[in-house]
Amino acid sequence: MRSNKPEQTVEQQIKKRTILAFTIFILMACSAYAGWIWLNHQPTEQGVQKPLRKALDKNEEIFTNALTFAHLAKTYPRSRAAKNVRVNGDVGLGDNFDAKNWKMKIVRKPGDTLYVSLEDIKKLPKTELVFDFKCIEGWSQITDWAGVKFSDFVKHYGLTSQAQFKFIGLSTPDKKYYVGIDMKSALHPQTLLCYELNGKSLPMNQGFPVRLIIPVKYGVKNIKRIGTIYFSNERPPDYWAERGYDYFSGL
Amino acid sequence: MKVIKEKHPLAIRWFHWLNFPILIIMIWSGLLIYWANDQYKIKLFGKEYFHFFPETMYKALHIPFKLAEGMAFHFFFLWFFMINGLLYVLYTLFSGQWRYLLPNRYSFKEAWLVILHDLHIRKMAPSQNKYNAAQRIAYSAIIVMGFGSLITGLAIYKPVQFYWLCSICGGYETARLIHFMLTIGYVLFFMIHIIQVIMAGWNNFRSVITGFEVHAVKKTSDKKLRNKDEI
Repeated sequence: MRSNKPEQTVEQQIKKRTILAFTIFILMACSAYAGWIWLNHQPTEQGVQKPLRKALDKNEEIFTNALTFAHLAKTYPRSRAAKNVRVNGDVGLGDNFDAKNWKMKIVRKPGDTLYVSLEDIKKLPKTELVFDFKCIEGWSQITDWAGVKFSDFVKHYGLTSQAQFKFIGLSTPDKKYYVGIDMKSALHPQTLLCYELNGKSLPMNQGFPVRLIIPVKYGVKNIKRIGTIYFSNERPPDYWAERGYDYFSGL
Repeated sequence: MKVIKEKHPLAIRWFHWLNFPILIIMIWSGLLIYWANDQYKIKLFGKEYFHFFPETMYKALHIPFKLAEGMAFHFFFLWFFMINGLLYVLYTLFSGQWRYLLPNRYSFKEAWLVILHDLHIRKMAPSQNKYNAAQRIAYSAIIVMGFGSLITGLAIYKPVQFYWLCSICGGYETARLIHFMLTIGYVLFFMIHIIQVIMAGWNNFRSVITGFEVHAVKKTSDKKLRNKDEI
């Protein structure tokens, strides 16, 4: 008969390894939990914990560098377009809007503003775009828009030097809603200064007289009722980015 | 006499336990995102049976209705989910662990026997290696599901840039639905997994932390038993 010795050693080994592994396991679990608490209690930057804000910006950097962003959003035949178009936001669409005297302001540089009326915009080549409009909430809808390409607008009004800036900023006439858009996306061939929905002029709740339609971005960037456009190398303030959303919101 | 049988390599234990909290965070943040457009329901012949999700569930789980926060967490932890998953797959491939993991030609037949055994309908379980036939199928499927989540996720995240991926997934809306269903799949997997772990007992649970299982070997160790214990 064998002695009990090897049995003991096995028992000891089992005990030793179990205690060691569980100690490490519990320590790791505790530090993971501590890390989670830490992350949740980080000071916020633009409505979201700083490390997460950094991650959102880093994601933007990774995807901007890795992708050309030249792809076109898929387009559809007009027959696919929704007749009842979803309305989802009314910030910046206050009632005391003076539609008659509206002119879009383009700040070429401080103190040098260009005023463009709806008639002026309609004179430019019209582009129709039927695409799947995507809301950041997760729904999407095929809708039929028309207007002038922002890139055509830039060419026509000789804004090529302004187009060298990194961003454009847009705001509603009452300044209550505002977005910032990287120049690459703004000059994307499907980005429209849009004045028609389903072949008719924009309804008030869709941003009459002129709104932005930018298929490479979520709906939040498709600002309704443009009051002012300006150019900047710094990120222009952005309504939803200030409330914790990704600044880029690119699709 | 007791013997120590090595079961799970250290790397696999790490991947497993890292994946657990990461997946929880991904599901939690995914819920915050889904909530903003909670359109899915189970409907049969015009009658609605279940709405994903009932208000009570959000309340019970203390899910705040914060889409922005959900997106921020989701798009941060997705990297950990992806890297951990890829490393696990690579490790499994190169270490040879895939031999214990991938279903073989007997697995699909045997998996039924395993299920019958687990439901206490059949007395004998088919002989197995590290994983039984049902585990092989489930643990391989979960890898495929992980890839599915990555691909559909990317398709929803950048549907214009990855238009080809989006169309592979059947379009934007379908990609979102698949992404959602895979998540439900993880939850179901998790629930069965927990039940199985509890049923399997301490020795099995300990092995995914310590790496080894303890087996009893008769002193006059006969060949058959040895073979069965071989891992």
